[in-house]
Amino acid sequence: MITGTPKPIDEVLSMIEAYNKIIVAGCYGCVTVCRVGGDKEVQVLSSTLRLAREAAGRPVEIKEVCLERQCDPEYLEPMRPYIEDYQAVVSIACGAGIQFMAEKFAKTPLLPGINTGFLGVTERQGEWAERCQGCGDCVLHLTGGICPVTRCAKSIFHGPCGGSVGGICEVDKEIKCGWQMIIDRLKSLDQMDNYGKLKPYKGWDASRDGGPRRIIREDMK
Amino acid sequence: MLPCTGRIDESLLLKSFENGADGVMVVGCLEGDCHYVNGNIRARARVQRVYEILGQIAIGPERVRMYNLSAGEGAKFAAFTTEFYQKIKELGPSPITIARQSKPREVPVS
Repeated sequence: MITGTPKPIDEVLSMIEAYNKIIVAGCYGCVTVCRVGGDKEVQVLSSTLRLAREAAGRPVEIKEVCLERQCDPEYLEPMRPYIEDYQAVVSIACGAGIQFMAEKFAKTPLLPGINTGFLGVTERQGEWAERCQGCGDCVLHLTGGICPVTRCAKSIFHGPCGGSVGGICEVDKEIKCGWQMIIDRLKSLDQMDNYGKLKPYKGWDASRDGGPRRIIREDMK
Repeated sequence: MLPCTGRIDESLLLKSFENGADGVMVVGCLEGDCHYVNGNIRARARVQRVYEILGQIAIGPERVRMYNLSAGEGAKFAAFTTEFYQKIKELGPSPITIARQSKPREVPVS
């Protein structure tokens, strides 16, 4: 899922300073699962903003909505009849959802209520960790299902660097060495021959370096 | 009245303040003695989150507090209630109450 963290309430209050009639929009997708932008978070943020503004003598009217997804056009359309009745939208979807809403509703300022994080997993209640950087050229079949791009702090491709000590990364004692994990896993799977199948170099042409990426599937059009 | 504090979430507590409460007291069962296993533990975490939110927006964190007692501890309930009531009395009306008293409300609570 795409993860995120709430923006400090002072930052959100500062963003809405000029407005007195806004929408707080959540998303039932990833941000609901990581408990930063779903229906409940819409209610909590809206109440918090209303209380803060009323205590300051400047009440704000808030419409609370939570869309199925903010990253698909059909779920944004239901907002079209009323969105221009409001001065701005605080979206607590991921950055993709916020931007997509901004594209669809050109006359309404979009304000981010969260800081979007990474593609990750729920390791345990209240704890999420990064697993994928969307490099566009997956090698998990060769690396025991552990991503060297994400799990290695240097995203190196051919084994642990000199900073790996006792299976721990030199960057942080809390970070396991991605390559040590890969080798341990390949050994346990009896797949160490995969280690030799890795490409001599990683092609980054499918990654971010060429600017915003697109996927076009003619078969799905 | 809720049958279990585990049903309480942050928005319910914040709504109470929006609806004019000067303080909110959450009373749950003793920890380790929840009929639904961990309802009161969940409530404790949620009250803590609201405590932090209220501290950030000048309402004041001390206006929300959780107490734990068993259903048979009537005297303790009365003592806790008196204690919390006195605390809120010392704090005075919430900034929301003061703002509403000082001028007509412009925006209804949804």
